[in-house]
Amino acid sequence: MDETAWRRSLGNPRVLFGLAVLALLALAALGAPLIAPQNPLHQDLLASFAPPFWHAGVVPGHLLGTDDLGRDTLSRLIYGARIALTVAVISATAAGLIGTLLGLAAGYAGGLPDAIVSRLVDVWMAFPPVLLSIVLVAVIGAGLEAVILAIVIVDWTRFCRIVRAEVLVQREQDYVAAAVAIGLGPWRVALQEILRNLLPTLIVLFTLEMGIAITVEAILSFVGLSIASGAPSWGGMIAEGRLYIHQAWWLMTLPVGCIIVSVLGLNALGDGLRQTLDPLVRR
Amino acid sequence: MSALLEIRDLHLEIGTGRAALPVLRGIDLVLEAGEVLGLVGESGAGKTMVGKALLGILPPAARITQGQILYQGRDIAAMPAKPRLALLGRDLAMIPQDPMSSLNPVIRIAGQITDVLRRHLGLSRRAAYERARALLESVHIREPERVLRQYPHELSGGMRQRVLIAIAFACRPKLIVADEPTTALDVTVQRQILRLIRDLQANSATALLFVTHDLGLVAKICTKVSVMHAGRILEAAPVAQVFTRPQHPYTSALFAATPRYDRPAEALTPVPEALTARLWAEAAAYDAARAAAGVAVGGRAADA
Ligand SMILES: Nc1ncnc2c1ncn2[C@@H]1O[C@H](COP(=O)(O)OP(=O)(O)O)[C@@H](O)[C@H]1O
Ligand SMILES: [Mg+2]
Repeated sequence: MDETAWRRSLGNPRVLFGLAVLALLALAALGAPLIAPQNPLHQDLLASFAPPFWHAGVVPGHLLGTDDLGRDTLSRLIYGARIALTVAVISATAAGLIGTLLGLAAGYAGGLPDAIVSRLVDVWMAFPPVLLSIVLVAVIGAGLEAVILAIVIVDWTRFCRIVRAEVLVQREQDYVAAAVAIGLGPWRVALQEILRNLLPTLIVLFTLEMGIAITVEAILSFVGLSIASGAPSWGGMIAEGRLYIHQAWWLMTLPVGCIIVSVLGLNALGDGLRQTLDPLVRR
Repeated sequence: MSALLEIRDLHLEIGTGRAALPVLRGIDLVLEAGEVLGLVGESGAGKTMVGKALLGILPPAARITQGQILYQGRDIAAMPAKPRLALLGRDLAMIPQDPMSSLNPVIRIAGQITDVLRRHLGLSRRAAYERARALLESVHIREPERVLRQYPHELSGGMRQRVLIAIAFACRPKLIVADEPTTALDVTVQRQILRLIRDLQANSATALLFVTHDLGLVAKICTKVSVMHAGRILEAAPVAQVFTRPQHPYTSALFAATPRYDRPAEALTPVPEALTARLWAEAAAYDAARAAAGVAVGGRAADA
């Protein structure tokens, strides 16, 4: 893609904010063992309900306090980022690949393939997405893999629908006829000529999907369907913290804040890139 | 020995069933190697559809319902995709009408020229790049290396058309379809592009199907003309004959409507409406007769 488009993107405040959040998430996720002050699973019942630093009586080594079992909140939040980002990247990649390929095939081939894919998407979209993923995980069985699988199964349609619509527009463009006229076959035209023009759209969709995946994972852990309880996922921390909302409101609020900031950042990144990448690439 | 290109009785419709709209009503064309045939007619005559049918890039709704497009004796309209695509870009090429939209906006010029070279000549990346540079020089682009690195939106319309001409001539094709190749350009650039196409054509002995609505351009580069209206060929003859002794009243009317250096603009007379109305009525009668005979229904798909 055009370098000037990237340079322009880096001048956009939303993109910058989004990238900063993403960088922070990546740093926490990749460097968790180095950054986290404590083992996130280590319980210390003598130090339970330690308050965060802005309260009196803070326990050294527990900057953001501890939970009911005396586990260090900051460490759990950092490890939580690891789970959130893993889910986000894997499920957005898989949903993106499946949705893009099906949307591309449907939009470019038309006819029967298009009819089949479009009906499939219609049926899929008739289910409320969160409910569908809860049911799916309930059927597949709880756990991180099940959560990722459920998100992919539900969300490939987001990519598929938009890619198909974009391909329908692109394939009418003169450059596509010109590509066929130099003897390029249908797959070459679809994957090389058309797909490259969808790159900005795909980047935006991918970013937004990461935010959605983080939210869905949190919801599923909240209802106890994600990773085994005790593992430091943000959704799980919310579920546990909810019980102590009156004694220690931060136990629930801190992970909620992490989710909100992550999703806001990813959405800002997606929206910012939508503005900066699209017009230039499309002339 | 068969002609390089022979289009026989080509019928084409857009849409299917009751909504089917006849666009070509029995086109016949013959083009020998190295010849330049002008396909002339007003906008909407179906000239572009003839070129697209020939290159197999018809819009999805268009279907060839009858007739043949024989390239070196083989019907390309009925050919399987694989051998047909092997001809496109190598034997048959196109210079499009709109250079602004005919290059892929997100691919550098280098990639767009080397694509066709690598596809048909099996050149290495390096060799294709060198060849692309030489091609840009042959279309009189002064800084080929810089242009190769650029994206289409960084080039003017005239420059883009030069790039597209370089792509068309890249594999030394036997036949090029040029669909109003200068219409979208500035007047000053039009003349340069026309001269470029004519010179390259003459040097390479490529046959050219030159589609235009402008008889003035036909006089400049064509050896033969086919005058087209409502999807029919009204008159086909060598240029000299058409210009001195037009046989069809529509051809004479087109002449009267064409600006010329020896004639002031006020002397132009538009094609009389009574004449075009009569020609459209003939076309409608032809459609009705075909429908009554049951031939318009069915036929084969354009792109099987
Ligand atoms: N995509 C399309 N859908 C429907 N009708 C079309 C389409 N493209 C062209 N036509 C019709 O086909 C006829 C011939 O068009 P065209 O070949 O573009 O004419 P020309 O190139 O001579 O101006 C026109 O009457 C036009 O209305
Ligand atoms: Mg046209």
